Amino acid sequence: MSHWPLLSLVTFLPLVGAGFIMTTRGDAEIVARNARNIALSTSVIVFLLSIALWIDFDPATAAFQFVETARWIRIGGFDINYHMGIDGISLFFVLLSTLLTVICVAASWISVHAQVKEYMIAFLVLETLMVGMFCALDFILFYVFFEGVLIPMFLIIGIWGHSNRVYAAFKFFLYTLLGSVLMLLAILAVYFQTGSTDIEVALNHAFPFALQKWLFLAFFASFAVKVPMWPVHTWLPDAHVEAPTAGSVILAGVLLKMGGYGFVRFSLPMFPLAAHYFTPLMFTLSAVAVIYTSLVALAQTNMKKLIAYSSVAHMGFVTMGIFAVTSEAVQGAVIQMLSHGLVSGALFLCVGVLYDRMHSYDIARYGGLVERMPAYAFVFMAFTLASVGLPGTSGFVGEFLILLGTFRVSTLECFLAATAMFLGAAYMLYLYRRVIFGTITRDDLRNILDLSPREKALFAPLLILVLWMGIYPSSFLGPIRASVDHLVQQVSAAQAVVGPRASAD
Amino acid sequence: MSPTAAPDFLPALPEIALACGAMVLLLVGVFRGERSARLVSWLSVLVLIGILVLAARLGLDRRIGFYGMFVTDAFALFMKTLVLIGSAVAIVMAMRFNEEHQIARFEFPVLILLATTGMMVMVSANDLITLYLGLELQSLALYVVASFDRDSVRSSEAGLKYFVLGALSSGMLLYGASMVYGFAGTTSFTALAKMLTGESAASPGLIIGMVFISVGLAFKVSAVPFHMWVPDVYEGAPTPVTAFFAVAPKMAAIALFMRFMIEPFGGMLAEWRQVIVFLSIASMILGSVAAIAQTSIKRLMAYSSIGHIGYALIGLAVATPAGIRGVLVYMAIYLFMNVGTFAVILCMKQQGKMLEGINDLAGLSRSQPGLALALAIFMFAMAGIPPTAGFFSKLYIFLAAIDAHLNALAVIGVVTSVVGAFYYLRIVKVMYFDDPAGAFDRPIAVELKAVLVVTAIVTLFFFLLPDPLAGSAEAAAASLFAR
Repeated sequence: MSHWPLLSLVTFLPLVGAGFIMTTRGDAEIVARNARNIALSTSVIVFLLSIALWIDFDPATAAFQFVETARWIRIGGFDINYHMGIDGISLFFVLLSTLLTVICVAASWISVHAQVKEYMIAFLVLETLMVGMFCALDFILFYVFFEGVLIPMFLIIGIWGHSNRVYAAFKFFLYTLLGSVLMLLAILAVYFQTGSTDIEVALNHAFPFALQKWLFLAFFASFAVKVPMWPVHTWLPDAHVEAPTAGSVILAGVLLKMGGYGFVRFSLPMFPLAAHYFTPLMFTLSAVAVIYTSLVALAQTNMKKLIAYSSVAHMGFVTMGIFAVTSEAVQGAVIQMLSHGLVSGALFLCVGVLYDRMHSYDIARYGGLVERMPAYAFVFMAFTLASVGLPGTSGFVGEFLILLGTFRVSTLECFLAATAMFLGAAYMLYLYRRVIFGTITRDDLRNILDLSPREKALFAPLLILVLWMGIYPSSFLGPIRASVDHLVQQVSAAQAVVGPRASAD
Repeated sequence: MSPTAAPDFLPALPEIALACGAMVLLLVGVFRGERSARLVSWLSVLVLIGILVLAARLGLDRRIGFYGMFVTDAFALFMKTLVLIGSAVAIVMAMRFNEEHQIARFEFPVLILLATTGMMVMVSANDLITLYLGLELQSLALYVVASFDRDSVRSSEAGLKYFVLGALSSGMLLYGASMVYGFAGTTSFTALAKMLTGESAASPGLIIGMVFISVGLAFKVSAVPFHMWVPDVYEGAPTPVTAFFAVAPKMAAIALFMRFMIEPFGGMLAEWRQVIVFLSIASMILGSVAAIAQTSIKRLMAYSSIGHIGYALIGLAVATPAGIRGVLVYMAIYLFMNVGTFAVILCMKQQGKMLEGINDLAGLSRSQPGLALALAIFMFAMAGIPPTAGFFSKLYIFLAAIDAHLNALAVIGVVTSVVGAFYYLRIVKVMYFDDPAGAFDRPIAVELKAVLVVTAIVTLFFFLLPDPLAGSAEAAAASLFAR
């Protein structure tokens, strides 16, 4: 099995599906049906293949697995290889991407009826780019995937989005592009330091401290926009509000994780001293993010915007955990990212269910839905509580580990984060009360339909995973642990050697 | 070699053959009459292909002929290939257009052939005299081509503007050349290079002469602040002519610029680098900012080409083999993106009337999805978004810049590329997000379709096999430094 180029298969199979969809011809109705079917079957196959990755994964080692190398570009002294591989940190992000793509294709089954063919192609291309980004072990390859993601996402927001979609699409594209191009220059600088664009080489290279600071900032520019960290988060609420439901699910579920993944994969191990140097800044930005955006979320009247701000707050937890650089906190950050991917994806789907029926995101538009939609009320409740971090759900595991790990580094930071957890409970439950409870005041809500079997089938896997991760997190922590421990040791060792001097600078 | 012996013609054989070919085709046109336009066009494409083969047969070795005034090497071959491709494609794209606008005359391909001869001489110039000779042959033909639609006021105006400003720049260049000759006592690149490598500091007169020549060349590559003619000429000239202007003369001029700076004046790097850095930064900023407000796609492409020259000049400012390699790769990819984009613009017509407004593209993704996809690929490529070819062209440039520690230049470059991305995205937005404004005429001419498909495939799938292009660019760049 391991002789198969499994990673390449998972990465590029969606493109094959997209190619098939492109060849469909004929009546619009038939083309749409074929496109849906091909997209669904492709994404399901890809998801099953990615499960094979998990089964075959060896949790005992921190080394990269399923490694593939091939010559790509070689001129003069500049070698770029097609180098793919995953470790415990990237494994679950690959799975998250493939799972959410299936969910997205299924979620758009009915709600998208214009240009279905192009829509499905865009999602399959997006899947290739996302998976490739998490697997890439060469900087140029990574960058191609990382920035390539912008193209399909730009089109998804711009073509299938809501009224103000053009503004949102441009803001999304240009914000993230500006961050990325600075990272590109940093990548080139890394190449001239290490003599290779290979990520494994760069991870084990000791950069001089002065250079680390600059490179860290350049990478930070890119990842902070992606995460997004306060104050460069303003593109996110716009993008979320205007994107179609499935676009929001991918955006919140995977695209934001690209930033967090970048911090864990590159910023920490490559620039440990700079990370140490900038920790106070990172902590401050994270604390502002969690508290400020929680307060902003409390004041929202648009459901999607509220969940978008909650994403910023949750990702603030993640960045806090990452820069605490303790084994618990980093593991917690990874788990929190996975959990947030599932939970916020599910919450956007919940909002999408209402939008499909009533075509409004306005909270005041709803109320008393529990009378007409009991199944929906249950599902929404489950994910609301997971978002709040109720023990037994995935949200709790991540936040608990982050707080535990951060407490050892900074009590104040931990205290601020805990405050934000309280605020998180406030805005989520407040949202839930306004939408689900109360009495039905509007006539058209009296005839609203409960979840269809298709929608139930969408939520079921997400709910199972959220509970699984909450009740028995070891199945997920197992593969993550070795890689994170290795990472934390490496970073702490680098910081300890020159620690006193670096902090004296 | 004594002056009485016959000069060594061999290195210039392709140019001589091309000039003869142009004459013969002129005769064919005269004898066959007005209706021979199509025949002469196809014959001139054949001639260009033949010249390409001939030039390739001459090989990559450095040969010097005409008493040292003419040089061919791997660098010249690379740039000549680009020039020839650009000219041939321009002739192919112009045929249908000219017929529809009643300007199908056999002089058009002949003029393009003559301009191409001039460009090839520019690429191979090894002496200030040759430089000027090639430049003027090229320019004179181009002035005529710009006003080829002689009954149109816009076209005549474009030709006239181009001529007046072009003459001014030629004057500056000549003045610079005479300064250089006055202070150095020679016009030969080889002799100049020898003179400037030693300890002897460059005299101020030589520097001023060099700067004047740079101004003339900057005009030809349309670098800011010598870009004023570009938008008007691009807009006024018939579209196929604009497509031609956007590629072939740019290739020749940037090639000449590189050879002139690296070979004779390589020893004065410290003096001329600041000039190039300024031109580069100004072009990048103006190219990206000024394009935002444009409503005509031809004017937009004019500003876009100014911006692209700014990026290419980064590579020249670096002035290492890696930098020159970057410029070569950049120009080759630029050729494909630009030709493709103009092929799309040539498809923009309703009821036989050409359209030039960006808003006329509205909803193209629904009326003509293939065309929209092609243009979207070119736009993302011009913005430098991976995985399109445009990303790799910028990659090689920035790689060289970071290597040479021109960090500020690289940072300005990437930031302006983000600003520039805005207007490229705007075209994608108009095509994909807006409601259809009305479909363009169908069917698309076969030759345009072929150009579109080839350029789109090259632009999108360049990443699969970048080595052949980058490898030959590397060899070409190395030959420029092998003195």
